[in-house]
Amino acid sequence: MLKQVEGSHAVAEAVALCRPEVISAYPITPQTHIVEDLGTMVKAGGIENCQFMLVESEFGALSACIGSSAAGARSYTATSSQGMLFMMEAVYNASGMGLPIVMTVGNRAIGAPINIWNDWGDSMSARDSGWLQLFAETNQEAVDVHIQAFKLAEELSMPVMVCMDGFILTHAYARIDIPNQAQVDEFLPPFQPRQVLDPAAPLSMGAMVGPEAFTEVRYLAHHKQLEALELIPKQAAEFEAIFGRDSGGLVKSYEAEDAETVVVTMGSVIGTMKEVLTGMREDGISIGGLTIRSFRPFPREALREALKHAKRVIVFEKSLAVGMGGIVAMNLRMALQDFPIRVHSAIGGLGGRPITRVNLRRMFEKGIQDQLEEPHFHDINMDVVNREIEREQVERRSGAIAENILHDVGVVAAAKAI
Amino acid sequence: MKPNSVLQSKPFAITLDVGTSLLNKTGTWRTERPVYQDRLPPCNHACPAGENIQAWLGHAEEGDYEAAWRQIMEDNPLPATMGRVCYHPCEGACNRAGLDEAVGINSVERFLGDQALMHGWQIEPGTATGKRVMIVGAGPAGLSAAFHLRRFGHEVTIFDANPQAGGMIRYGIPKYRMPREKLRAEVARIEAMAVEIKLNTKIDDILRTKQEGRFDAVFLCIGAQLPKHVEIGSDDEIPILDAAAVLRDAELDNPSKLKGHVVVYGGGNTAIDVARTAIRMGAISTTVIVFEAREHMPAHSFEVEEALEEGVVLTCLRSIKQVDCRSVTLERMRATNERWPESTGEFESIEADVIVQAIGQDIDGGVLRNVPGVEIKDGIAQVDGTMRTGAEEVFAGGDMVPSIRTVTAAIGHGKKAARNIDAYLRGENHAPPEKHEVVTFDMLNTWYYSDAPRTVRPMLDVVRRKTGFAEVVGDLDDHNAAFEARRCMSCGNCFECDNCYGVCPDNAITKLGPGKRFTFKYDYCKGCSICATECPCGAIKMVLEDI
Amino acid sequence: MTQISETKQKVKFYQTGTLTAGNRLLDEEHRSVQATIDRSNSLDSGHRACQGCGEALGARFAIDAALRATNNQLIAANATGCLEVFTTPYPETAWSMPWIHSLFGNAAAVAAGIAAARKAKGGEDVRVIAQGGDGGTTDIGFGCLSGMFDRNDDVLYICYNNQAYMNTGVQRSSATPGAARTATTMPVGPEPGNDFSTGKNVPLIAMAHQIPYVATASVHDLHDLEHKVLRAMSFHGARYIEIFVPCPLGWGSKPGDTIKIARLAIESGMFPLIEAEDGEVTGVTKIRHQQPVSEYLKLQRRFAHVFKKGNETQLEALQGIADRNIKRFNLLSSVE
Repeated sequence: MLKQVEGSHAVAEAVALCRPEVISAYPITPQTHIVEDLGTMVKAGGIENCQFMLVESEFGALSACIGSSAAGARSYTATSSQGMLFMMEAVYNASGMGLPIVMTVGNRAIGAPINIWNDWGDSMSARDSGWLQLFAETNQEAVDVHIQAFKLAEELSMPVMVCMDGFILTHAYARIDIPNQAQVDEFLPPFQPRQVLDPAAPLSMGAMVGPEAFTEVRYLAHHKQLEALELIPKQAAEFEAIFGRDSGGLVKSYEAEDAETVVVTMGSVIGTMKEVLTGMREDGISIGGLTIRSFRPFPREALREALKHAKRVIVFEKSLAVGMGGIVAMNLRMALQDFPIRVHSAIGGLGGRPITRVNLRRMFEKGIQDQLEEPHFHDINMDVVNREIEREQVERRSGAIAENILHDVGVVAAAKAI
Repeated sequence: MKPNSVLQSKPFAITLDVGTSLLNKTGTWRTERPVYQDRLPPCNHACPAGENIQAWLGHAEEGDYEAAWRQIMEDNPLPATMGRVCYHPCEGACNRAGLDEAVGINSVERFLGDQALMHGWQIEPGTATGKRVMIVGAGPAGLSAAFHLRRFGHEVTIFDANPQAGGMIRYGIPKYRMPREKLRAEVARIEAMAVEIKLNTKIDDILRTKQEGRFDAVFLCIGAQLPKHVEIGSDDEIPILDAAAVLRDAELDNPSKLKGHVVVYGGGNTAIDVARTAIRMGAISTTVIVFEAREHMPAHSFEVEEALEEGVVLTCLRSIKQVDCRSVTLERMRATNERWPESTGEFESIEADVIVQAIGQDIDGGVLRNVPGVEIKDGIAQVDGTMRTGAEEVFAGGDMVPSIRTVTAAIGHGKKAARNIDAYLRGENHAPPEKHEVVTFDMLNTWYYSDAPRTVRPMLDVVRRKTGFAEVVGDLDDHNAAFEARRCMSCGNCFECDNCYGVCPDNAITKLGPGKRFTFKYDYCKGCSICATECPCGAIKMVLEDI
Repeated sequence: MTQISETKQKVKFYQTGTLTAGNRLLDEEHRSVQATIDRSNSLDSGHRACQGCGEALGARFAIDAALRATNNQLIAANATGCLEVFTTPYPETAWSMPWIHSLFGNAAAVAAGIAAARKAKGGEDVRVIAQGGDGGTTDIGFGCLSGMFDRNDDVLYICYNNQAYMNTGVQRSSATPGAARTATTMPVGPEPGNDFSTGKNVPLIAMAHQIPYVATASVHDLHDLEHKVLRAMSFHGARYIEIFVPCPLGWGSKPGDTIKIARLAIESGMFPLIEAEDGEVTGVTKIRHQQPVSEYLKLQRRFAHVFKKGNETQLEALQGIADRNIKRFNLLSSVE
């Protein structure tokens, strides 16, 4: 059914349709509306046989899901940013134990400095944990991928995080087709756990594994993600057959098949980019776009297939490995290392910095000239940065870099200027 | 809910199947191992009659009084008597005294003895062997020997010079301590096993009687009948009697010579018995003169306490020097570091109408002189470890051989002699069973025993005690007897309290079931020794492993 | 009939002779769970606890009792720590009932999740236990514990208190008593051993949450411990039991003395045994034969320095704690 709703609310409805049995909730911007909406639905009796737990922290939230999933209940929670970090022990624990929990990550930057706006820092911090990480482009896709996520998680017996850009998607109102219960029930059968805590068949979960077997356990987790590379497209196809939409999958191309230059990115920014790319194509430039839907498992083969004809790739990402460079770029370079393709790394939109069509076009044009820095920091104010670097070399001004910069560009500078 | 059968089995390594820890045999960690032991309880060890006290208390705890009584009868045929006259060294040794007070073993034995008489429980003699044994003396030693020999199946005849059976029980212990109807009933029970007691029959020639009666062995237990005497300078105005005769008079209801101011000379139980008899006979005053200091006087302190309650006056550290008319001159003695005090040279006097000497007894060696081989040394007949005298087929026991001279010891002699006679008659040697380690208080963990102060037996109040020979110490009843028996801590012998089984952190003990106790799973026992520490009764010992 | 004066003892019903685990004179239902021949042995042989481990014993006592109370319908979530490590080293597990180990600080939250799952599925006859040591309960697990209490999740949390982080090699936790030696509070300097801090009394904190049932117990008093577990399982909602469990290795005591030491801790007043419902104390287990604190301390090398000259104030302080407990909870019988 078509509805004009906030992205968060649509996700809440999607999760509700999946018949969750235990939902744990802790507030953190920008995912909070999701759990609020779910809470209201449960309270009003809209979700049968569902326990809604108001927990004391994100660590408690995911821990409760670990318990409930191990006890055979379909379990869900949501978080962002700092919350993800606070539950990090539990994140690794859930994947290590192979518990099919689904978690929404409303992507938000990680502090310090504290910042509530969108980037992919939170998801990136968990990229090695063994969780599957699926990125949604639109709110519609967010709805669809959540439904696919439960099935994926339960078939693999591995947790899945569905990543959606904070505010940009979570708080945006859009026209969304919310599926009906019958469709979802047809697609997603009841949860049948691979292992379960049950007095009828007792077992011990969570043993201590020493050097003699740890490697094998880790390999098996790795192997599971490789299995997922098969399963994700398969389920996307099953989904399309029932719901009539092509959602999810491993990668999605925007006129990239024949392009000389391909811009690779994730999440919602492709929406803005599509307009730029269309304009540039109309101007005769051979350029296309590609989004990575499944970041983990990293779709190595699918990317190689999609990019084999390209001469150059510009990776645009809202994430930075401090001291190293672009994370998605690194992953892609590794996948394409034997191809004769030049891969540029552009980092932008950190902490919610707006991305405009104008500055995107400028960046793409520079990229086509192979004149982007390595890495390229999109829309960065180098004057502020250089001033700060000089100042540090001359004075030993104590205090955090952020505070210093705010002196230059923020409220303090504004006040001084008056 | 069933796990998904379509998916593979449980995750490798991180999920484990139940029961897998049993593969890890942690017994290899040990340096010492616990071992269940049966140790010897101090009461059993102390009992001169060799009773298995702990065992019969165990039956009494459960209310199975007949089983308890039958256990006593394995060793002692006179429990109703012993429950009255025994000086209970078992209670003196009882480890419970270290916790609160000794278990009232004596009172429970009396209860059981009385129960047996009330219910008419009997013991059957053994299958006849055709052998005949002659017993001289129907005192406790003789009665005990007769009982045991009948259980072995031998024929028994007892000869006794007195008009009634009982020996010193009857003729040396007053009625207020030992009611005669109980004694008679217990003797009758032995007679009912086809024991012939020939009373009023003094034997002059033991060997001839043996030969004429075609007896295959002889047990002599004629006691020590002759009173010891010290010379006291006297003008014969007042009578100077001896204790044995006085007590015998009391038994036979002869007219009492204990009138007026009575002085008893001696510090043993006999002196006290005489004094308390004097009170009952209506003496104006009764004074016991004791040579030793109070703490060294041989009489049992509870006897002395009861005597004092009845009005007996006790004067210690005195010796009688001279009697002139009704005046008795005493020399004061001074306590030394030794047992025997020394003279001070100071004198005092008291008045008396009669003096009774109670300073010990000797055996009447006369009859023994025509039994060649019987050796008498220091007035006591000598026997070896099997109760044999130097004469062929002649055994002896009781007060006439080296002994602590109590009824209990005599009963023990009778049993031991009977076992050795039986072995002899069958052509074997009697091998006494091996003794286990005795349990001391430090081997116990007394925390686990309920707070249960000793049952105080009812006592006849003093006025009535002084005016008659009614039994002074009252009975336990059914409830109290079980209660008192349950105070027994079962020293050294597992009573299946389940503590070890409960307290092992490694579940390394198997419970086998009621009556079957426990075993250790040495595959898993780490030797922590909590079981040994928490065993209330000291039935577990830690033994070093051979590494 | 002659007059016989007094004194017959009344046979009190408990005078069956012993305070032991079992008693052949008692009916089955009055014996402890541990005394039964076919007890569940939830924590079975082959585990790797040290010799004489109080926690291994306490855990079996508690879980067996809980299995009895729930007719074997029980699931347990265990925090990281000694109990978890010595019972589940791959490939061996010593647990016989469904059991999960997640992390150090989240046992209460994991258990809450399990309880929610059972509730969602309508199978609330299966009950849930969370368990951990003092480290995982009073420190790193405190947040989740308080959250569980606040939500009144239907979970019984059992804390095995051996007063330090034992699994990592004996480091101080907020449950470590004053003066005690641990690897991070060594007996050196002007104030040897652990500081006498304000302390963190989790049973009282649990009571402040007004949860249905809170109790403290000790491995030396099996009947009391089992009674409390059975009672706890008769409630629904958040419950907390703290069990005092000596650690021979960490405390420097003889393995065979474990129960004796626990007994002395309680008999001296150092560790009060109480029960509380909805935030109010409803009962205490009286001290049977009061002991001075020194009797308890002298069996443990972690307190050896307390007996050295110059450290008298430490001993006084410890006795003071015991005396305060005795007074506060009225631990001595008024009638002896």
